[in-house]
Amino acid sequence: MTTEVLLDCRQVTKRFGGLVAVNGVDFSVERGRIVSIIGPNGAGKTTLFNVISGFYRPDGGEIWFEGRRIDGLRPDQVAARGISRTFQNIRLFQNMTVLENILVGMHTRVRASAIQVLLRSRAFLDEERALVEEAFRLFRFIGLRANPNELARNLPYGEQRKVEFARALASKPKLILLDEPTAGMNPQEMAETTQLIRRLRDELGITVVLIEHQMRVVMGISERVTVLDYGEKIAEGPPAEVRRNPKVIEAYLGRGAALGSAD
Amino acid sequence: MGVQNTFLFEVATQVGIFAALALGLNIVVGFAGLLDLGYVAFYAVGAYLWAIVGSNQGNVAFGTEIFPLAPVWFFPFLVVAVGVAAMTGILLGLPVLRLRGDYLAIVTLAFGEVIRVVVNNLDKPINLTNGPQGIRAIQRPPLFFKPALTALGVTVDDATLYALYFYFLVLLIIGLAVVITRRLEGSWVGRAWTAIREDELAAQAMGIPLVRMKLAAFAAGASFAGAMGMIFGAKQYFINPESFTFMESIGVLSMVIVGGMGSIPGAVVGATVVTVLNLQVLKGFSLLLNQLRGTGVVLPIINYPLAQWPTQLDPAKYERLVFGVLLVIMSILRPQGIIPERRHQLELAEGVPTPATAAPVTGAGDDD
Ligand SMILES: Nc1ncnc2c1ncn2[C@@H]1O[C@H](COP(=O)(O)OP(=O)(O)OP(=O)(O)O)[C@@H](O)[C@H]1O
Ligand SMILES: [Mg+2]
Repeated sequence: MTTEVLLDCRQVTKRFGGLVAVNGVDFSVERGRIVSIIGPNGAGKTTLFNVISGFYRPDGGEIWFEGRRIDGLRPDQVAARGISRTFQNIRLFQNMTVLENILVGMHTRVRASAIQVLLRSRAFLDEERALVEEAFRLFRFIGLRANPNELARNLPYGEQRKVEFARALASKPKLILLDEPTAGMNPQEMAETTQLIRRLRDELGITVVLIEHQMRVVMGISERVTVLDYGEKIAEGPPAEVRRNPKVIEAYLGRGAALGSAD
Repeated sequence: MGVQNTFLFEVATQVGIFAALALGLNIVVGFAGLLDLGYVAFYAVGAYLWAIVGSNQGNVAFGTEIFPLAPVWFFPFLVVAVGVAAMTGILLGLPVLRLRGDYLAIVTLAFGEVIRVVVNNLDKPINLTNGPQGIRAIQRPPLFFKPALTALGVTVDDATLYALYFYFLVLLIIGLAVVITRRLEGSWVGRAWTAIREDELAAQAMGIPLVRMKLAAFAAGASFAGAMGMIFGAKQYFINPESFTFMESIGVLSMVIVGGMGSIPGAVVGATVVTVLNLQVLKGFSLLLNQLRGTGVVLPIINYPLAQWPTQLDPAKYERLVFGVLLVIMSILRPQGIIPERRHQLELAEGVPTPATAAPVTGAGDDD
C-alpha cells in the first residue's frame, strides 16, 4: 500500500461565537485507508466534516486534498474535487425516487450541456442511458431491496441510509466522509454496513473516513482512529492502542460512557 | 365566421397565454422550489419591449423616425424578448437568490411592484413607457399568409384573422414550452432543480452549484414570461401598467398551485381551470342572473324575486372571493393539485438485466 497523503488538515480551527468547536486539529488520511473519528457528543466531529466538505470556512488552518488547497471552496466545488459525504441525520431528496437520488449524486460527472438536453442530442441520450444503467448497478451493489422507482420518503429507515450511501458513491468519489453510518441500525444492519464500508475500499478503491459511536464498528474496520474531545485531538493511532489510552478513557468515562461498553 | 367563434378563440388564447406563464413559473416554484411572487415583472418586460419598438412610442422615446418597426420584426423580437427577460431574471436573481424561503418571496414581490412603478413613472425625464396612459397602436405580427388566403378565394376580416392567428401562435408556443420543460425535467437540469427544492444543503453536497442552478431556473421561467408578454401586448394592441399588477403574479401562482406544483400537465390544466372560471363561468353566471332578473323569476322555497338581487352581488364581481375559496378548498382537499407531480419511472434499456427487486417496500412511511 502506498503512503500518499490524500487529505491533510493542518491546524484546522472552527469557532461558533465563543465556542471553539474544532481547535487546531491536525488530521491526515492516506489514500486507500479506512479511518475513524470518535469522541463524545459535541466533540466537534461533524463540524470537522462540515469544514472539510466546504460547508464551513475554517477560522484557521489549511485543508489540502491531493496536493491542492480546498479550504475556502464551496461545497459543490469540494464535491467536484472528489470528496463525497453522508449526513448524520439522513438528508435524502424525499420526493424523488431512489434512482433519481442516485442520479443527482452523479451531477458532477454529467457532461451533456443544457443545449444538448434541449435538443435531446445523441450525446445526451447516450450519457443519460449510461447513467441510469450505472444507477441500477449501484443500487444492486448497495444491496437495496426497495423498488428503485419508489419515492425515498416511503422507504424504511435502514433502506434510506443505504440510498444515502449509494447517492454518495454515485459521484465516484476518491474520498467519502460517513457521519455515523450505523446510527439507528439494528445489529444485523450494522454488520451489513460494516461489510459494505469494507467493500467500498476493497472493490471501489475509495478512501473512507467515518465518524462512529459504535465501538464494535470502529474496532472492526478502522485502521486508524482519531479521538476528538472539546474540539481538540486528544489521541490518534491504531484502534487497539487508542482504546487503552488513558486520556481517551478519561474523556469517555468523564461523561459517563465507558469506551468498552458497546462491545 | 361569427363573433361567437372569435370570442371562443380569444378565451382560448387567453388560456394559452396563462398556460405558458404557468409553465414558466412552474419551473421556478414547482421544480426549483423558489417562491417568486413578482413573476409578472418579466411579463411586463416582454410586453413593453415590443410595445416601445413596435409603436410610435419608440420615436417619442429615442427622438427617431424609424418606429414602429415593421410587423416582420415581430418574430426576431420574440427571440430578443426571451433573451432580455432571461437577462432580467439573472440580474434580479444575482443579489436575491442567496436569500431563502420567505425572504426570497418578499424581495421578488417587491421587485414585481418596482417594475410596475418604474413603468408607471418612466414618462419623464425621457418618455420611455408613456406612464399610466400606456402605449397604444402596437404592431401585430405579419399576416404573411394573407395573400395565400386571398389567392385561395378565402376572404376573412382582419379581426377574425388575428384572433385565429394569435390562437395558433400561442398554441405553437405552448407546444414549445411543454417540450422544453419536459426535456429539462427529464434531465440532470430538472433533477438538480428538484434536488435544490428538496434539500438545498444535500444538493450542494452532491456538487450542484446552488447559485448557478437557481439563476438558470429564474432565467428559464422569465424567458417564457418575456415571450408571452410580447404576444399579449401585440394581441391587446394596447398596454398600460394596470396589466402588470401583483394580482397577475398571484393569479399565475394560483394556477400552478391549483394544477399541481411541479407538474407540467398540472400547469396547463390549472391555467385553463382558473382562466375559464374567471372569464367564462362567473361572467356567464352573471349574464344568466341578469336575464333571469329581467324575466321576473322568483327563487323557489325562499320565495325571493330575483329582480331584487342587487347588482353589487354579481358573481363576476366576486372573482377574487371565488378564487380564494377555490384555493382554500383545494389546499384542504387536494393540496398536491389537480394533477400532482409524478416522478419519472426509470427502466433499464433492453437487454440489460434488471436487478432483483422485491415487492415495493411497505410501512415506515414518513419518518421525519
Ligand atoms: N452551526 C452551529 N452553530 C453553533 N454551534 C454549533 C454549530 N454546529 C455545531 N455547533 C456546536 O459545536 C460543537 C460541536 O458540534 P458537532 O456537531 O461537531 O459535534 P459532534 O462531535 O458531531 O457531536 P455528535 O456526536 O453529538 O454528533 C457543539 O457544541 C455544537 O453545539
Ligand atoms: Mg455529529
